[in-house]
Amino acid sequence: MRREGSFLLRRSSARINPDASPDRALATARGRPVPLFVVLAGLMVLLLGVPVLMLLWRGLTSDPFHFLRDPTVQSALRLSAWTSTVATAVALVLGMPLAYLLARNRFRGRTLLEVLVDLPIVLPPSVAGIALLAAFGRRSLLGAALAPLGVSLPFTTAAVVLAQVFVAAPLFIRAARIGFNTVESQLEEAAYTEGASQWQLFRHVMFPLTGRALFAGLVLCWARALGEFGATILFAGNLPGRTQTMPLAIFIGFQQDLGVALALASILLVISGLVLAVLRKIESEARLY
Amino acid sequence: MAILAALSACLPSAQAPGEPSTLTVFAAASLTDVFERIGETFEEAHPETEVVFNFAASSALRTQMEEGAAADVAAFASEKDMQALAESGLVDGDAVRVFAGNDLVVVVHPDSAAVAGTLADLAHPGVKVVIAAEGVPAGDYARQVLENLSSTLGASFGSEVLANVVSEEDNVRQVLAKVQLGEADAGWVYRSDAWSAPELRVLEIPEEANVRARYPIAILSGAPQPDAAIQFVELVLSADGQRVIEKGGFLPAPP
Repeated sequence: MRREGSFLLRRSSARINPDASPDRALATARGRPVPLFVVLAGLMVLLLGVPVLMLLWRGLTSDPFHFLRDPTVQSALRLSAWTSTVATAVALVLGMPLAYLLARNRFRGRTLLEVLVDLPIVLPPSVAGIALLAAFGRRSLLGAALAPLGVSLPFTTAAVVLAQVFVAAPLFIRAARIGFNTVESQLEEAAYTEGASQWQLFRHVMFPLTGRALFAGLVLCWARALGEFGATILFAGNLPGRTQTMPLAIFIGFQQDLGVALALASILLVISGLVLAVLRKIESEARLY
Repeated sequence: MAILAALSACLPSAQAPGEPSTLTVFAAASLTDVFERIGETFEEAHPETEVVFNFAASSALRTQMEEGAAADVAAFASEKDMQALAESGLVDGDAVRVFAGNDLVVVVHPDSAAVAGTLADLAHPGVKVVIAAEGVPAGDYARQVLENLSSTLGASFGSEVLANVVSEEDNVRQVLAKVQLGEADAGWVYRSDAWSAPELRVLEIPEEANVRARYPIAILSGAPQPDAAIQFVELVLSADGQRVIEKGGFLPAPP
């Protein structure tokens, strides 16, 4: 099928321009988009772009810098920045070893484990919040065991971080696993012939080679943690300075002061846009290697 | 524009002849139980109309309607939010009717040892208290009651209870849920919310310190289903509707 298609394409382009070499003809044919696709793609772009632009416009005209001086807004920004960073650090320390094991070792239940790790990516965050309450809530088995030690997770900043790790770490683990998988096996074999241990293989071959994939995964994880809302409001509650992150402040702002919500939302939009731009840059540089 | 029109044509609000029409009611979260019951009664009497509810904090509903959400009927837990709707011309201020009253109580999880049995316990260090956020009617009423109580329970009572607040929830039903789950020891809710959760202990607030919430109802000026909206409001104000509301733990409409 595939060969037939390219044959047809080559023949038809040859008819259009008999002097062109087949490669150039292919490139010209590629450069000409299907008109219907341009129309449909344009509508899709409008659907994605108009809300973003309108939010930015309304956010920026509502004087976001005035709201930046609001102590509630400042504490939400600070709390969001550092909880997302801690959550990303946890994802790195605990997630990278898991990704490495999943990528390189064959063991019973590996597929099941992969599904489990990917599950939070597709789970609605509200489900994640209820699951976290079931696991760490005051009336749960774990919560009851922790209570005599004076530890209670719900409504604490630790609960915010835990919710962020739960929903965001799987994105990093997935990126890291794919990164470790793409290292060519010849490099591994070369390392073994040199007498490298498993740890040396990781330290001197796998880790440097997957650095960009790991970093891209971390950026994505941080951005997802920054945007986490549903699990946080259910599991950690909403208290300015302790558990009220930016997305929660936006949600609560919606019923108190729409201006605060718009200003915070446009700030979050700009940050997320910058993060994605950085991510694109890392990825395009990685492709050059 | 064309695609938006095409999109909205696909949505359930589009009406084909003979299909049931949809009446959209935006109602305060505290009305969840009683309005669902009234909605069932309404659908039995008007099988051609389906009633769809949007329950949330009155303040959130007000923002949604100011931002253009299409609704037929608005029923709030505070007159402040209804006045705002009237000022922006979304409802006719003269046609607003008060249909129910409510006051506040404190609900306590039955296993909570931290709150033994009096309101004063709420100020003890380490008690986990949840309250609705500021701006949400139940949150504003609770803060008002705390201020009122300071004259009898000590000037610092209000600030001590607020220092024990572990979460400011986005609506009163979330406050109730956090106490029902046992994650919090106590929560500030309406009497009608406590009524719907009989497993919780109730701490009464002295009448002189309590507030009396007034619930206004109105038909939106741009209601897509004005006739059904009138019928729904009539049902809420009728003897049948009032009986359901009182059975749900609400107080009669204050004069």
